Amino acid sequence: MNFDTLEDIGHKERSRQSKYQRRIFCCTSTACLSAGAGQVHTSLDQAVAACKCDKHEAEVVKTGCMGLCSEGPLVRVEEKESDPILYGNVSPDLTQNIVSRHVPMGGIEGETDNEEQDHSVTPHDIPYNRASLRQAQAKTELDKFIIPLNLPFFTKQVKVVLSETGRINPDKLEDYLAHGGYRALAHVLEEMTPEDVCNEILESGLRGRGGAGFPTGLKWNFVRQESADNKFVIVNGDEGDPGAYMDRTVMEDDPHRVLEGMIICAYAVGASYGYLYIRGEYPMAIDRIRKAIRAATRRKILGNSVLGTNFRFKADVRIGAGAFVCGEETALIHSVEGKRGMPRIRPPYPSTSGLWKAPTVINNVETMANVPSIINRGANWYASIGTEKSKGTKVFALAGHLRNTGLIEVPMGITLREIVYDIGGGIPDGRAFKAAQTGGPSGGCIPEEYLDTPVDYESLTKLGSIMGSGGLVIIDDSTNMPDFANFFMDFCVDESCGKCIPCRVGTVQIRKLLEKLIAGQADTEDLEKLDELCQLVKTTSLCGLGQSAPNPVFSTLKYFRNEYDTLVQPSQAVEAGGS
Amino acid sequence: MTIPKPAPKEGEVHPSGDDRYLSIDRTMKRFNYEKDSLLEVLNAAQEVFGYLSGDLLIYISNQLNVPMSQVYGVATFYHMFTFEPQGEHNCIICKGTACHVKGADRLIQALSEEFNVDAGETTPDGLFSLTIARCLGSCGLAPVIVLDGQVYGKETPEAVHTRVIEAVSRSKEELAHTMEVG
Repeated sequence: MNFDTLEDIGHKERSRQSKYQRRIFCCTSTACLSAGAGQVHTSLDQAVAACKCDKHEAEVVKTGCMGLCSEGPLVRVEEKESDPILYGNVSPDLTQNIVSRHVPMGGIEGETDNEEQDHSVTPHDIPYNRASLRQAQAKTELDKFIIPLNLPFFTKQVKVVLSETGRINPDKLEDYLAHGGYRALAHVLEEMTPEDVCNEILESGLRGRGGAGFPTGLKWNFVRQESADNKFVIVNGDEGDPGAYMDRTVMEDDPHRVLEGMIICAYAVGASYGYLYIRGEYPMAIDRIRKAIRAATRRKILGNSVLGTNFRFKADVRIGAGAFVCGEETALIHSVEGKRGMPRIRPPYPSTSGLWKAPTVINNVETMANVPSIINRGANWYASIGTEKSKGTKVFALAGHLRNTGLIEVPMGITLREIVYDIGGGIPDGRAFKAAQTGGPSGGCIPEEYLDTPVDYESLTKLGSIMGSGGLVIIDDSTNMPDFANFFMDFCVDESCGKCIPCRVGTVQIRKLLEKLIAGQADTEDLEKLDELCQLVKTTSLCGLGQSAPNPVFSTLKYFRNEYDTLVQPSQAVEAGGS
Repeated sequence: MTIPKPAPKEGEVHPSGDDRYLSIDRTMKRFNYEKDSLLEVLNAAQEVFGYLSGDLLIYISNQLNVPMSQVYGVATFYHMFTFEPQGEHNCIICKGTACHVKGADRLIQALSEEFNVDAGETTPDGLFSLTIARCLGSCGLAPVIVLDGQVYGKETPEAVHTRVIEAVSRSKEELAHTMEVG
């Protein structure tokens, strides 16, 4: 099968979709599902069927994440010749009203907006930010559930990686094709040499989205220049940071995009086999990626002759079994090989000796998902977004003490203030902002005075945090910082693989000191010891886990020193000096 | 004892008498009994049996021809493998960053006080297990729990308490009922 056939399939799907007067999109990503989206989807389906209207009046589509997870389940209605309308906090009871409002009748009573859903519209159900925003304008009960699409939450975002999530059915290859899917792959195979592809990615300025920010094009070039019989591509979907779920969302909601990026990468570096390493905690992502691989294989997008060319590539899924350290590339390689996921000293880097000693590219899910857009729209377009050294967009999982939480994609260089107050809607319950935590257990806390810092790799590192994979947890003044630092240290103690001593022993000792401090039994000397020990662990650990484990302590010590000081018993320092 | 390596067929009874082994055999066969497939096989075993018993690990070690020490080493390295049967009801409480700052500890405390179990433990009657997850990735709904496969968001200690008590007492009643009938 060549690309023209795929284009035909996409075209057919597009014209099929355009026949519908309106399409009702129901978010069925994990967050909305846990808020009850499964039932919502079923009752939407039933309500539309009960209308007994013409088949082409309405179609209910299961989609992925629409972003505003805190208001889930979300339902979006797109009617021809009118603006899309987004409903939040949709209960199964409410679906009838939504359908009655938008879908013309064939059966049940018409234009009902007023009645019976008192049980679904209790004040508790209406998030107050929206309630206050809309209550005044709301003409009907149903209107109160409308989320205005001109909220800064939506308008401040720039969607590249997430451009199709929430708009397509992730289980349907046709839907991806209808939105221009695999066009980039066809273009690459027909018009570009592997070297061209590497250069294009290099020029775009794309950097690894796993957190370290290594230029992707450079990495690909290293592997391309290796002469070896076997080369591998690994997509790192072992999203271990607590508070981060960007990669899961991309894999679940737009799996073909990840696959397309991966195949393009394989072509660019000359690999014929690839693995997607996915966290075992993400069964739905595993399922969707597997489905996508099967569909792509059936359409000859994967296999011995990719799109009818002589380029051959196969992909398989490997399931991680819950080890944070496997996010580190050499540990991940060991895990794919079926061993204990322990890191090793680099060099040699995986680009020269990786999986089964063959040259290997390892990229994060989000990095791969950027690739099709870069090829489609050009390196210059991509490089025009963002700051001088950090190009493009970044997906963040926005969580914590915020009015709007969910999945966002913002251009690099946006300030934290814009994210917290415009997109996030500020801190609820009359509390005050205290810190923004980026990078999970490897990152740090950024206090209020640095809220105007642009979000890019260098600025965040300068503040003692890291970009990380995209977890962004906002905390208010109810949070105690030493306790918060201890939470992350607890995590690192648990997740340290035990190979090198600074990390295995050091993290435990840091936690002991923190616990002593929190219990109010520490003296100033302990505080010094804490600082010294953190330095030691940072500089002498083998891999990224240990090297960055003290970051939460460092940053809280730096910016919230007073909270540590108040816990210290100054007098004991002198008395216990000898012990 | 080495168990021979048959190519499992549908409907065939496994020599051990336990047909669940067939599905593990199938996984191993898919990977051509390669040593590299150890993690995948352990994943399959955990899924089918719910936990990895000593016998199971020995079986996998024999079939893949991987030393037992290595099988044990890999199995104990990863958090998702458990070595004891789980309770009939399992409540996973997410302790990710977002859930932590929104009070996941209080949820854990409520359950561990009620059932007198620590995180990772099962009640002696085998009815309830309390598990902690590092992050379930539903941070927008923090704090999040998963009770018997069903996810609940924006939980309070009281709500979790009621949910779990309901589930467990249902089982207790059923148990009492079957004993009466029996």
